[in-house]
Amino acid sequence: MDDLARELIIDRYQNPQHKGRLDPHDLGYEDDNPLCGDHIRIELRVDENDVVTEAVFDGHGCSISQASADLLVEKIIGKPLAEVRAITKDDVLESLGIELGPVRLKCALLSLKVLKGGVYGLEAGQASDELL
Amino acid sequence: MQTLNIEALKRDFPILAREVHEGIPLVYLDSAATSQKPAGVLDAMDTYYRRYNANIHRGVHKLAEEATGAYESARERISRFVNANQAREIIFTRNATEAINLVAYSWGRKNLTKGDLVILTEMEHHSNLVPWYILAEERGIELAYVPVTPEGLLDLDTYRMLLERKPKLAAFTHMSNVLGTINPVREMIAAAHAAGALALIDGAQAVPHLPVDIQELDADFYAFSSHKMCGPTGLGILYGKERLLEAMPPFMGGGDMIKRVELGRFTVNDLPHKFEAGTPAIAEVIGLGAAVEYLAEIGMEAIHAHERQLIQYALERLEEVPGVWVFGPEASQKGGVAAFTFDGVHPHDVAEILDGNGIAVRAGHHCAMPLHQKFNITATARASFYLYNDHRDVDVLIEGLYKVRKVFGKNDKPQGQAHG
Repeated sequence: MDDLARELIIDRYQNPQHKGRLDPHDLGYEDDNPLCGDHIRIELRVDENDVVTEAVFDGHGCSISQASADLLVEKIIGKPLAEVRAITKDDVLESLGIELGPVRLKCALLSLKVLKGGVYGLEAGQASDELL
Repeated sequence: MQTLNIEALKRDFPILAREVHEGIPLVYLDSAATSQKPAGVLDAMDTYYRRYNANIHRGVHKLAEEATGAYESARERISRFVNANQAREIIFTRNATEAINLVAYSWGRKNLTKGDLVILTEMEHHSNLVPWYILAEERGIELAYVPVTPEGLLDLDTYRMLLERKPKLAAFTHMSNVLGTINPVREMIAAAHAAGALALIDGAQAVPHLPVDIQELDADFYAFSSHKMCGPTGLGILYGKERLLEAMPPFMGGGDMIKRVELGRFTVNDLPHKFEAGTPAIAEVIGLGAAVEYLAEIGMEAIHAHERQLIQYALERLEEVPGVWVFGPEASQKGGVAAFTFDGVHPHDVAEILDGNGIAVRAGHHCAMPLHQKFNITATARASFYLYNDHRDVDVLIEGLYKVRKVFGKNDKPQGQAHG
């Protein structure tokens, strides 16, 4: 991993900008990465035009899972849900700025899986990798 | 006892000569997950495929005779290596997990009914938990767990109390794959027998690292794994006392486990074939035969002594690194396993940064989630040692951990030369 990307990730991990809870919230979803125990919860407030007005994440795990969640949540604030649904895994990897092997890819994409589970209004545990 | 010449031993393992990144040699500290393989094991398997590959037990041609001979003589060697009473008590399975499942499905289904108690411990690998959970769901048997103390030892007082409830079976690990704890299995087996229970031991971490004498332990069932003891993957071993195995129904049906089949019925074959349905892992058994020969020649006492002083050194050095917390008992009570957390850094990040220095450690829950829950952690990083590791490998690990601190912005004074 190149040093600059790693610096960004570690900075976001140690000083997340969007970590917390929203009470009340309009959409909320959470999931784990069973391989390593990463956990992410994302909560959103959405206005009457289906635009995300506020978004936060909460959770624990490795630097990549947590930094990815922080960057993802930042990216969707102010966006209509239609655009949020269109976010791809390449978008997430691009904002992290690193190449990942298959194991760490799961860490990086957990937040996107959780976000999609929330915006598609799935039941707990129903979000799958096919959403990515 | 002779001390090992580690430099020479390292040369027996071709993989240890490779670089993992340009100019960065491999420092392999993940032997609790799987060990590396000496050239002799690779050659034995290669020779089987190149010279006498044939199916066993049925053919009468030359190759089949040679293959059958090599397969059964490997069983003899493996049986002697753990001092089983006789080779027919050694059953080959796919892995240690399948060996435990064999007991749960065959012995368990025949002998356990609703309300029967099976004692397990909190330090078990999932492979010695889930088969019993499945049986509990199916049969309504009760499971009880021996707690782990904060020092990482089994709470033997509670074990004795549980034995008073007349369990049918006590199933526990010989050595924890996370804490490294070596349990007093001989005493625990004797206590189980005194209470009228059988004892099943998960020896996947013990047989590779300690001298194990199954008759002396008086284990009823003892499961272990080829690939953690210099042998190939795809092969596990179940030892069972002859009279128990004789009384058990077959586990899987198919070829080789039968004496005679007619339409609608079959007669079961003799031990050990009764539990080895279908073509077994012939090359792998031959490979493990070579592995136990290799280990026996070096001497398990010598290997154990080497690992004991290595873990002692590793624990001392790990203690120096600020923010590192090692789980498990002190060196005198454990094998060569050090699972640790790192303040403010997730184990995956630790493992990834160490990988940059060529160091292979494992990060995660190591298939022991209940144990991690007990200590209120989701994951640990784990360094585990084997006969081919030395003080220099520990020093490289410690240097790597200081690099982790640096990457995560924890400022240390410049480190002096690593000692050792």
